Amino acid sequence: MDPLTTLHRREFLKTSTGLLTGLVAAGSSLALLAPGRAWAVDLTALSSAEAATLLVVARTIAPHDKLDDAAYALVIQAVDGDASKDDKTRQMIREGVASLGAGFPGSPESERVEALKKMEASGFFQSMRLKTLQVLYSNPIAYAYFGYEGEAFSKGGYLFRGFNDLRWLPEVPLADSGALPA
Amino acid sequence: MARIDLHDEGAVVIIGSGAGGGTLAHELTRRGIPVVLLEAGKRQSTATFSQVPGEAFQQLTWLDTRTQSGSWGVARDFPGLPSWHCKTAGGTTVHWTASTPRLEPWELRAKSTYGHVPGTSLIDWPISYPELKNYYLLAERRLGVTRRNGVPGLPASNNFKVMYAGAKKLGYKRVHTGHMAINSRSRDGRGFCIQQGFCVQGCKMGAKWSTLYTEIPSAEATGKLDLRIECRAMRIEHGANGRVNAVVYRDSQGQEQRQKARLVCVAGNGIETPRLLLLSESAKFPQGLANSSDQVGRNYCHQIVGYVWGIFDQPVYSWRGATVAGVVEDEVFNDPKRGFVGGYRIELVALDLPTMPQVGLPYGWGRDFASIMEEYRNIAGLLINGEDMPRAENRITLNPEVKDAFGLPAANVHVDEHPNDQALRKHAQGQMSKMYAALGAKRIFPGPSLPATHNTCSARMSAEPRDGVTNGWGQTHDIPNLFISDGSMMSTPGSANPTLTIVALVLRQAEYISRQMAAGKI
Repeated sequence: MDPLTTLHRREFLKTSTGLLTGLVAAGSSLALLAPGRAWAVDLTALSSAEAATLLVVARTIAPHDKLDDAAYALVIQAVDGDASKDDKTRQMIREGVASLGAGFPGSPESERVEALKKMEASGFFQSMRLKTLQVLYSNPIAYAYFGYEGEAFSKGGYLFRGFNDLRWLPEVPLADSGALPA
Repeated sequence: MARIDLHDEGAVVIIGSGAGGGTLAHELTRRGIPVVLLEAGKRQSTATFSQVPGEAFQQLTWLDTRTQSGSWGVARDFPGLPSWHCKTAGGTTVHWTASTPRLEPWELRAKSTYGHVPGTSLIDWPISYPELKNYYLLAERRLGVTRRNGVPGLPASNNFKVMYAGAKKLGYKRVHTGHMAINSRSRDGRGFCIQQGFCVQGCKMGAKWSTLYTEIPSAEATGKLDLRIECRAMRIEHGANGRVNAVVYRDSQGQEQRQKARLVCVAGNGIETPRLLLLSESAKFPQGLANSSDQVGRNYCHQIVGYVWGIFDQPVYSWRGATVAGVVEDEVFNDPKRGFVGGYRIELVALDLPTMPQVGLPYGWGRDFASIMEEYRNIAGLLINGEDMPRAENRITLNPEVKDAFGLPAANVHVDEHPNDQALRKHAQGQMSKMYAALGAKRIFPGPSLPATHNTCSARMSAEPRDGVTNGWGQTHDIPNLFISDGSMMSTPGSANPTLTIVALVLRQAEYISRQMAAGKI
């Protein structure tokens, strides 16, 4: 079976949010970090500049160079949602971003890591780390990128879709396993 | 389904509908005994189980406020989530991975076998292995356990092939796809496993045994069961004679109700069961119910768990297939020369992509963390399931500072690891790492101890009333019509995943309760 669940980008666009549509449809992702474009439309609690910094924070926490910004944008959308529900959270995010400074997004990765390490125990960093882990790996873009095929019940499970297709090791004797159900 | 009046004094009230409570409800109702079964969670079904891992977690997990303390890694890595068990009809049998080994005879004689281990509160079980074995046989038939009674084993998944090859390189002999309460063939009106890999999210095939769609409907079919979902027990009350006579609960509308009871069986899992006993303090029992020994909540065990992950050059696709269908049993023996007492199993494990970074690598970030995730396709996984040492100070208490949504003191879970626990984990992770190294894994790394699911021993059976909470039938030493009917009653945890033992103990308890009721003793 194909090792990758290939996900057609256009299919994804149909099921995704306006924010992502804006980001992806406009092409190059980095260019879109400029304030006043996709971000400005969909953010409710954070400014575009704050969101752009947070996206770089998320990329520093979980640096997958070839993973589309759209996946990271989902993290920022979730952070924005939390911030819009709770003033304390918004305050924490704003202060965290401010403490990183305006130069953070443009600085080299080693410097960004140093800056985040210094605030590793802070509520801001911990909530950004948790939110990144919770959101970044839980969406169709990530599933396609990491090759994860997700739920299988609707497709009849993996029983006939590769649960035992590993061939680089010997097969297990039937006495220690079992035959496929007839 | 029966409707039992709140003022009916003749019913048995069971609190919790998981492996213990759900099975007990079936066993009593099929003997004609009316049962009110209180379940704090909602009732899902194979149709409503979410297939989105994060949603499924929210749908099934007991997420009420809890606190924790002590030196164990769970307190550091999973603040606020000491345990990962369920709040849903069917209890933790909805999300369990269905591994159903038996305890070994010597594990029931932990104190005698291990001798004096400083800093532990080990005891022997008050029941013998031959006695328990009779009920293991019944439980295995009930659950349709694979590789028992002629039930075929599950087929080997990719992840198991890696485990098997590594185990054989180390010379391990007892390696197979496990004794699993998962149908390898259609059985008992339920289909066979189609290797979805979504055991933890609730098996949409119903191939995995759960009281939700086996024992509970069977109990309902007797016409003797009154199942009340979204009903949260608040306290158990007693009369002047010191016998329990009612359970106060909040119903699904948040209204307080009081159900009279002839007998109360507590099966709320190893944290909520002792908590409810402690919450039920009264003038007569100021330390809480069944707690004259001061043992309620103490000796809490959770078994040593922890991952080892191996990254290989080629794909494993570990998420495809029954999650825990694989075991190495060669380390289930006691030999202090290994540097610890007690034994452990090496079990197969995989985590879905969303769960992997949160549970498999919960403290990671940065390049190193991301480089592991980049290899997700090529990761194989193993899990320890080992015996931990009971300690008097490892205990469930009421936290006076923190309240739950009902205004009741939250449970605090305190665990200081015993040196034996640490030595066992180190040995196990060493062996597991060797298995993957023998196959040329390019990177091997341990994961954390995950939030405890095997919550046991916190209201344990003991021959001597001073050592525990119940006698060998799960009947509390102090109150003859109050029973413990879940893993809380286990005297020691052993190294077997606990559900089969819980079911066996409850099948035995049901016979005892019905005999005692018939004799008019309770």
